[in-house]
Amino acid sequence: MTTQTDSKAKPSRLMAIWRAASIPLAAVILALLVGAVILLISGANPIAAYSALAKGAFGSTAAFGRTLEKATPLILGGLAVAFAFKGGLFNIGGQGQLLFGAIVAAGVGFGIDGLPFIIHMPLALLMGSLAGALYGAIPGALKTYTGAREVITTIMLNFIAINFTDWLADGPWKDEGIVARTPAIAEAAAIPTWGNIPAGFFLAILAAVATWYLLYRTTTGYEIRTVGLNSNAAKYAGIKVSYTVILTMAISGFLAGMGGAIETLGVVGRYQPGFNAGLGFDGITIALLARTNPLGVVPAALLVGAMQAGSSQMQFDAHVPFQIIDVIQALILFFVSADMIVRWIVRVQPEEGEQVTLSTSWG
Amino acid sequence: MTTAAMAKAKSRGDYVRIVGLIFGGIVLLGIIYGYITNPVTTTAVLASTLRQSTPLVLGALCGLIGERSGIINIGIEGQMLMAAFIAFLANVYTGNLFVAVLAGLATGAVLGGFLAFMSVTLKMDQIIGGTVINILALGLTSFFYQTGLTTQGKLQAIALGPLAEIPLIGPVFFDNPPITYATLILVMVVHYVLFYTRWGLRTRAVGEHPSAADTVGINVYKMRYINVIIGGSIAGLAGAYLTLEAVGSFERAMTNGRGFVALAVMIFGKYTPFGAWGAALLFGFAVALQTQLQFSGRLEIPHQFIGMLPYVLTIVVLAGFVGRTRVPAAVGKPYEKE
Repeated sequence: MTTQTDSKAKPSRLMAIWRAASIPLAAVILALLVGAVILLISGANPIAAYSALAKGAFGSTAAFGRTLEKATPLILGGLAVAFAFKGGLFNIGGQGQLLFGAIVAAGVGFGIDGLPFIIHMPLALLMGSLAGALYGAIPGALKTYTGAREVITTIMLNFIAINFTDWLADGPWKDEGIVARTPAIAEAAAIPTWGNIPAGFFLAILAAVATWYLLYRTTTGYEIRTVGLNSNAAKYAGIKVSYTVILTMAISGFLAGMGGAIETLGVVGRYQPGFNAGLGFDGITIALLARTNPLGVVPAALLVGAMQAGSSQMQFDAHVPFQIIDVIQALILFFVSADMIVRWIVRVQPEEGEQVTLSTSWG
Repeated sequence: MTTAAMAKAKSRGDYVRIVGLIFGGIVLLGIIYGYITNPVTTTAVLASTLRQSTPLVLGALCGLIGERSGIINIGIEGQMLMAAFIAFLANVYTGNLFVAVLAGLATGAVLGGFLAFMSVTLKMDQIIGGTVINILALGLTSFFYQTGLTTQGKLQAIALGPLAEIPLIGPVFFDNPPITYATLILVMVVHYVLFYTRWGLRTRAVGEHPSAADTVGINVYKMRYINVIIGGSIAGLAGAYLTLEAVGSFERAMTNGRGFVALAVMIFGKYTPFGAWGAALLFGFAVALQTQLQFSGRLEIPHQFIGMLPYVLTIVVLAGFVGRTRVPAAVGKPYEKE
């Protein structure tokens, strides 16, 4: 699905694509089926609900634009989690990093005046992403120097980020008026939308390609993956594990922060509390659905983005609470991780080095 | 371990003990001073400390029972949330608080079984398994929750006769609602079972060296299943505490990270029930103090910074103590029978 299918594609390559895509696809179908059962239990009509969902996601160019818009931060959130997975780390702190990225991008967006677009927008985007990187580096450093598990510290940092950004938007950076939010960003800092197509989406695709390149075509990427597979072996091979762990978390945070920055600059236009609340968890589902492949993150995020974009239509037409998509996402995560079940259904053998193993770094 | 390393570890142990004694002394003096100058507030803060610590102790007990048998449970948050919701619903529809508590226990046990199924049978990565539970619980409870459901009462404090009349100690320890009492008893029970019974020895054997345990005829899979299920029901009790004892109703995502804070409490408590209890009291104290500060409004700190307190404390505790805790050797590794 994500590997390039040029005309000279041999059957073996097609097989490889099938092998890579079959489990995620089967997981999605199984999750939708179980979701349908839950809808039936709640007294809703699953067919009506799913068709309204599809209509809301793809029914018109406006709907499709909304899907792309929703998918944009999800791609970056998914990349953040997938990248950390490659380094053997579980970054559940995507939400906190995203919040910092969003609010710093907003700060640069409204705080500076008179810059041309060509400087202002990239500057706001970069500063937001760097804020995410710094915030992501904290759990990396804590893990390296104290052994505190990133699985817990990143979640704690999410709560701290929510409080901190709430305070900024309700205190020093508060807009005039009673609503707790920052002022709107300057025109020159905004990421444009062409017709219904948000330009930020292409930035996210670019980030996915860059992440893939970094991981598979550079020495740094090789070192990160080596540490992820076996940090003891990496140490013997002369890789600075401590530095690599911090770097991995910083890049992961950079990606999440970029997601927040694009959301601020391209969609919301300012920072306001309650911003994109569940994104950290979405990123986990997307990363695992993509089997931690950065290029696979794009279709995975499009799928989840489509569900999010269609959910309000579903609520409107079929009277199904939009939270059902969170349930379906959790089911996708379960089926894609419980690949023993899925493999038994689609009869695909496991591939080497595909498994995500996190619990070895627990002790 | 070499003798030098042992001596070093011993001296570090002494050092920790001395720091702990000094710290404990300061806290005790602080409490006495507080009680003399302002008895009402001091009593309120300490009573609230004990109650705030309840879900954390329970969560930590759930985590440590699992990890002692070799299973990481990061789904405590989801187990608590789901149990809180089901206990709430049971209370709404039956009006019977006892049934509601049982419903919470059962929900936690079911989710514990689900975690065991994922990590023991499917040999899934345990951290991802726990994450599945967290996301699923958040999604399901939000989906099925409707506003406007009203509870039929909540668990009330029961004063234990003359014991509750003792100044300071009485209102803090002997005038509590049932789940808070149950938690104090559970700490002792889990300690006893874990360290003084055959069951506990087997649990620890399975968590430290499963293949050796298997050789002497202990069923590793069964031990892990049962421990994780019992742990889940304890997390379920924490959930019931939230809806039936503390708040009286359900709110979306009401666990607020307590399941993760509980993991920090477990580590800080060195995987022992009494250690977890002490650690949870520290966190409970932070939350109680935070609430008190918010109420009094005397402090010129924005409420968001006060709100950060438990989370910052969790990170500080993890950063300071993780390296000094010995984790069960086989934790996180699926057991493959040879």
